[in-house]
Amino acid sequence: MDPFADTLRRLREAFGSGRTRPAEFRAAQLKGLGRFLRDNKQLLQEALLQDLHKSAFEAEVSEIRISQIEIDLALRNLRAWMKDEKVPKNLATQLDSAFIRKEPFGLVLIIAPWNYPVNLTLVPLVGALAAGNCVVLKPSEVSRSTEKILAEVLPRYLDQSCFAVVLGGPQETGQLLEHKFDYIFFTGNPRVGRIVMAAAAKHLTPVTLELGGKNPCYVDDDCDPQTVANRVAWFRYFNSGQTCVAPDYVLCSPDTQERLLPALQRAITRFYGEDPRSSPSLGRIISEKHFRRLRGLLGCGRVVIGGQSDESDRYIAPTVLVDVQETEPVMQEEIFGPILPIVNVRSLDEAIDFINRREKPLALYAFSNSNQVVKRVLAQTSSGGFCGNDGFMHMTLTSLPFGGVGASGMGSYHGKFSFDTFSHHRACLLRPPGLEKIYSLRYPPYSPRNLRMLLVAMEARSCSCTLL
Amino acid sequence: MPMKVESPGPRCPLPAGWTPFADTLRRLREAFGSGRTRPAEFRAEQLKGLGRFLRDNKQLLQEALWQDLHKSVFEAELSELIICQNEVDLALKNLHTWMKDEPVAKSLLVKLDSIFVRKEPLGLVLIIAPWNYPVYLTLVPLVGALAAGNCVVLKPSELSKGTEKVLAEVLPQYLDQSCFAVVLGGPQETQQLLEHKFDYVFFTGNPRVGRIVMAAAAKHLTPVTLELGGKNPCYVDDDCDPQTVANRVAWFRYFNSGQTCVAPDYVLCSPDTQERLLPALQRAITRFYGEDPRSSPSLGRIISEKHFRRLRGLLGCGRVVIGGQSDESDRYIAPTVLVDVQETEPVMQEEIFGPILPIVNVRSLDEAIDFINRREKPLALYAFSNSNQVVTQMLDRTSSGIFGGNQGFIHLILPSLPLGGVGNSGMGRYRGKFSFDTFSHHRASLLSPSGLEKLSEFYYPPYTDSRQQLIGWALGSHSCTLL
Repeated sequence: MDPFADTLRRLREAFGSGRTRPAEFRAAQLKGLGRFLRDNKQLLQEALLQDLHKSAFEAEVSEIRISQIEIDLALRNLRAWMKDEKVPKNLATQLDSAFIRKEPFGLVLIIAPWNYPVNLTLVPLVGALAAGNCVVLKPSEVSRSTEKILAEVLPRYLDQSCFAVVLGGPQETGQLLEHKFDYIFFTGNPRVGRIVMAAAAKHLTPVTLELGGKNPCYVDDDCDPQTVANRVAWFRYFNSGQTCVAPDYVLCSPDTQERLLPALQRAITRFYGEDPRSSPSLGRIISEKHFRRLRGLLGCGRVVIGGQSDESDRYIAPTVLVDVQETEPVMQEEIFGPILPIVNVRSLDEAIDFINRREKPLALYAFSNSNQVVKRVLAQTSSGGFCGNDGFMHMTLTSLPFGGVGASGMGSYHGKFSFDTFSHHRACLLRPPGLEKIYSLRYPPYSPRNLRMLLVAMEARSCSCTLL
Repeated sequence: MPMKVESPGPRCPLPAGWTPFADTLRRLREAFGSGRTRPAEFRAEQLKGLGRFLRDNKQLLQEALWQDLHKSVFEAELSELIICQNEVDLALKNLHTWMKDEPVAKSLLVKLDSIFVRKEPLGLVLIIAPWNYPVYLTLVPLVGALAAGNCVVLKPSELSKGTEKVLAEVLPQYLDQSCFAVVLGGPQETQQLLEHKFDYVFFTGNPRVGRIVMAAAAKHLTPVTLELGGKNPCYVDDDCDPQTVANRVAWFRYFNSGQTCVAPDYVLCSPDTQERLLPALQRAITRFYGEDPRSSPSLGRIISEKHFRRLRGLLGCGRVVIGGQSDESDRYIAPTVLVDVQETEPVMQEEIFGPILPIVNVRSLDEAIDFINRREKPLALYAFSNSNQVVTQMLDRTSSGIFGGNQGFIHLILPSLPLGGVGNSGMGRYRGKFSFDTFSHHRASLLSPSGLEKLSEFYYPPYTDSRQQLIGWALGSHSCTLL
């Protein structure tokens, strides 16, 4: 029995009816999404607290506000984004209408993860709705409380003939992926990313895959250790480290490590107090499975800060590890927790080689007082996004494309990039029906003279307004 | 030297882990890692080399295209050589602009930072090209890949043998061969090639192979552009001038003997319009190719015996009203029009890719639109009508890679339009700057001055309500109103 067939057919019929095409409909959906966030802010904060022990501050700043900003941006710009985009014409097309028409793909699937279950579900949804698609949302079953709200409350704010939430685990997701979608947007890990892309290949469905990796954080000798420590600590331990763009490990010289460690301790104490476990600002690990995985990593290298853990509330202390080998598990998999290993390198060159020997990460950080050093790291590496002397602020800007490269993903979104991701850009040329004499140049029997004239007409740019 | 692959026999045991392409690919990867392809000067050199290749070997390429597809000099110039030359010139002219970091709008929180999108090459890219426009569909993607700073492996089609030879033996002499290689072979070798990891795969061909390419790419999380095909509908409204329409449709259909992914595949029109169109089509065909099209130097030939036989089979569908002649000895198929065609017949089931034009009757625009929307999204869609309304309706109520109103071959005519499919007809797009963007990674970059810790302080824990509100507001602010 196929649990999804009816839902998908219903949504396809709705798309075929043209209901989602007008700007008014799309704006109404976006406004509905906005009301959902405003009406249920407290409910969502409670769910995030329950799922991830997420503080109200983090919930507001990294989940609710970000989503609200995207909705408002889409509402403000919807008509501009939907407009046909004119393209430059040449002499041969002076009388034509030439433009790129943005069209919805049809039925799109958004598969969302558990670490920012509001942000990473709703922000793609904004793009899909603004672009005029019908949407199937598959929220993560791991962030249970948020899943419940998305499944039971969210649909009431949207036109349910064009929107559905489906629930389930890996098996159900596998079944869902056997169906044909017109676009699939997936956020998660690279292993599952491969599975999603392989399933999409069967239907020639285009995909955006927002994956992850081990995000290197290079700390130069020429820096202020306390400033760096503050930033690195905040971005590492935010959401208890469960952030795809968090600095995953630090690369620095032994000297810098010596200065960084006490600074990191000071930062952690300042942020989370003497007993981080009792700090309301610190999150918890999403599940027992991940907790155990992380607790295992505490055995790598040597613990110099933190290291405590408590299974009963899935607590892991903000931790720093040193003397870590590249072959140890903590340097083999994406950590996705509040553990920061420091790996020693003797020079910038060595750091760059280290980074380039590995998979391209989603984010890459470089801290240095020297602009030169920061620019070198940028120029000689690749990653989804890059930040010099700061953490994942680039994610907060709706004007920057957010996405990976290589093993960290393909495609990008946020702001207009979301709208473009979920749209087909259709090249159009409309010619007035008559004027056959002018166009006869190109017909057989072919002659060199006609060819020459045709080529001139094709080549000249619209600056040929002088010839009109 | 290009790599020609012979399948190893049982008497030549292979070393463990050996594949025929491993050495070439490793060499190219090392070259990329060395940074050689990054500077604009290097890329411009490659593009100039490509330009010289086209100029120096114009005659050689024309002869190869004549050999492969009986392509006339006119068609070779218009639809292959000039297009490539123009792409090279465009890329050279715009290279520095395209390569530049693109600044973006800032919010209050990042006012003092330098924020931009950096274009980076992806690394080692693979371009798999087809046989129907073997120069255009190989070199235009290549321009984008080189301009974007990648190392490139080119796999030209083994079916267009004359052109393959020139691409394999002459082209590399014009490029830096540490960063560029041509590999040869058929489906089996291509499959082996695809087992390797590339940083991008650009494929032009049919949907069936497109699925295979994407599935192979999925194993390595390699992004792809797939330029595929489909049955491109051509709606002809009652309100039109039949001769004008017939001229245009005939030219686009029989150009390159119909072997064009964006050619009109079938016509949809009312029985009345069909009556007026048929004599007009005959007149167009006679005007273009003479009384005996077979002796016209303007008409191409079918690429291979396999495709010839496939097309000859389609001549049995419906009823032949124009043309229908064929000759296996030179793979000739006459410009043909079929009527009384059933949707279930092979000619309406597969992409024709030959000089055969079936006409399917519909009773209204609505019926035509329904017919189109019941089927896979095509690469191209055409509507001919004197009425702007009709053309607009067809555009608004259907989807396709590209759309032409009263016009075909829109990319030939206007190179600034992106070329790409949707749904079954493909994903991704290229031409001009779109090619450069296709082969680049757009890296979001933010450079913050190293001091200014005081500013960051206000978002550190322990969290307070007032700070939360301030940040929320700052996140949403945009520079234009605050400058």
